[in-house]
Amino acid sequence: MTIPPRLRRFLVRLRRDILFIAAGVPLHIVPPLLFLWALTQLIGILDGSSDAAPLVLPAPVTLLVIAGYGLTEAQRWRFRALCGVDLPRLRFTERKRQFAYNLLAGPLLGALELLLLAVVSAALAGALVLVWVSAVPATWRLAHPGYTTVASYLTILSLLVLAAVPALAGGLVRLENLVGRAVLGISRSDELARRVEDLTESRAGAVDAADAERRRIERDLHDGAQQRLVSLALNLGLAKATLTDLPPEAREVIDAAHREAKDAIEELNNLVRGLHPAVLDELGLDAALSGLAARAPLPVRLRVDLPPELPRRAAPAVEAVAYFVVSEALTNIAKHAREATRVDVTVTRLGEILRVVIADDGMGGADPSRGSGLKGLAQRVRSVDGTFRMSSPAGGPTMMSVELPCPT
Amino acid sequence: MRPAAQADVLPGAGPGAGSGVRRAVIAEDSVLLRIGLVKVLEMAGFEVAAEAGDAQGLLAAVEEHRPDIAVVDVRMPPGFTDEGVRAALSIRQRWPATAVLLLSQYVEERYAADLLATNTSGVGYLLKQRVADVEEFIEALRRVASGGTALDPQVVAQLLVRRSSDPLERLTARERDVLALMAEGRSNAGIAAQLVVSESAVAKHINNILAKLDLPKADADHRRVLAVLHFLGVGG
Repeated sequence: MTIPPRLRRFLVRLRRDILFIAAGVPLHIVPPLLFLWALTQLIGILDGSSDAAPLVLPAPVTLLVIAGYGLTEAQRWRFRALCGVDLPRLRFTERKRQFAYNLLAGPLLGALELLLLAVVSAALAGALVLVWVSAVPATWRLAHPGYTTVASYLTILSLLVLAAVPALAGGLVRLENLVGRAVLGISRSDELARRVEDLTESRAGAVDAADAERRRIERDLHDGAQQRLVSLALNLGLAKATLTDLPPEAREVIDAAHREAKDAIEELNNLVRGLHPAVLDELGLDAALSGLAARAPLPVRLRVDLPPELPRRAAPAVEAVAYFVVSEALTNIAKHAREATRVDVTVTRLGEILRVVIADDGMGGADPSRGSGLKGLAQRVRSVDGTFRMSSPAGGPTMMSVELPCPT
Repeated sequence: MRPAAQADVLPGAGPGAGSGVRRAVIAEDSVLLRIGLVKVLEMAGFEVAAEAGDAQGLLAAVEEHRPDIAVVDVRMPPGFTDEGVRAALSIRQRWPATAVLLLSQYVEERYAADLLATNTSGVGYLLKQRVADVEEFIEALRRVASGGTALDPQVVAQLLVRRSSDPLERLTARERDVLALMAEGRSNAGIAAQLVVSESAVAKHINNILAKLDLPKADADHRRVLAVLHFLGVGG
């Protein structure tokens, strides 16, 4: 015999609901029983009727505290296994909500569960009344001639009640879900707070991973391509210096190759510096920035004011961003700032904030929403929770101010 | 201080200029570059006494051979950070007669300051890629081996960035160029060749610079470099 899928689903749900409700009864009944136990002992102490009460009282109280936690865990299991609802794990210290559930909401739900189970049992018994009545001695049946009518009514009534059971059980499960989630679940703001915590952590991880990757690439380039290029340029230089009796065409070719090799070294060096300068790790922000300033195509006045008594340097990710900001800003100014003749770079540490200000005396009109350079800059600043501000009125001057958090 | 074995051998002036064959030790972890460096040193008339791949090997080689010059890469195993600088500092301290020429992928004034702090003679600090300009590099090699200094233009630029709010502003652009070349350790003739002017013009610029910066007049190239470096905040 095949069961139609709708009926099958209905039966599965009914079975699950009944199981869920039945499993709830002991879990919901235990705390009030313990509470009653404690209460009777307390009364025993107060009216002096029980000598053992002071010794016994701690037992239910302790059990209440410990069982509270175990019961909450059991409820989590019940909700997850029988209802598919994932309640968060509550810490042992979050007693208030656990007590609210186990001692207030729980008993009420337990009573409803018991009531429902009693109704189901009674209805089942009632529906089968004609069956078990036949087991009653015939003399009783003869003494009560109207029993068939009553039994028939009882059967019909019971069947009607049984028909309502799935809906009632479903309703109770929904109610339990509501109460369980409201009391044991986490509130929206808690959930958001946890989410923010998670995201902050994972983002810091991503930023660090990107930094580590940049370092690795820098190292690889230094050990590989850069050495090879220098060696190539050196050999071409040697050829140029020693092969003086070659025809002029050949010398020209060597010359060009030599120049190109040197240009390639320069380009690669610039690329590597933009990635992650090794000097940043070794000597810190100050030294790395002076290297940047010295290579800038226009005069840079650099002021780095990091109190030497600081216990430690800013986080590597923050230093890397500060370096990147100055590097990008100087590139930008050299490329776009019209008529800029000088740049002032100031780096200061104000308590827990690392402030980087870059100002030029160009004609202004820079727009952070245009140009991928400035956008990328703002993004990298945001990646460490920094703020990026820029003012560049037409006619100048342009000032870029970046503040990066660096907790001490 | 080293006896000045008289500086300013002109570039390409044949091997062994000066007295006898001068000896060198190389410390460089990249084998390719080491081979190239040996060629350049031999071309400059040095005899390469030993090659090392790390700082320890370098110190052992210097102790054994007591060379005239050690050519040292900054970033070497095991840490690949500033092993070369530290090795150079200890060479300067333990064997003052050995000149040191540091080569690095990038140059940092901080390292230059460390190197020049005790003694500015026989010290060089150049970008690695400068070896490609063989003749200029050979000139720097000889200058350093003879007790002079050779600072990379980028180091000097970094030093100048730090001192941009003071008497330096009084210098003309040309004088700043001359000052930078002086700081690199070049002689009058070297500066004149670089700027394509006459030596007497260079001498005039130098006098102006020394006057504007209140530096003592000094005829010997090396003393002058010392004064300039001291003014820029490095060197004793």
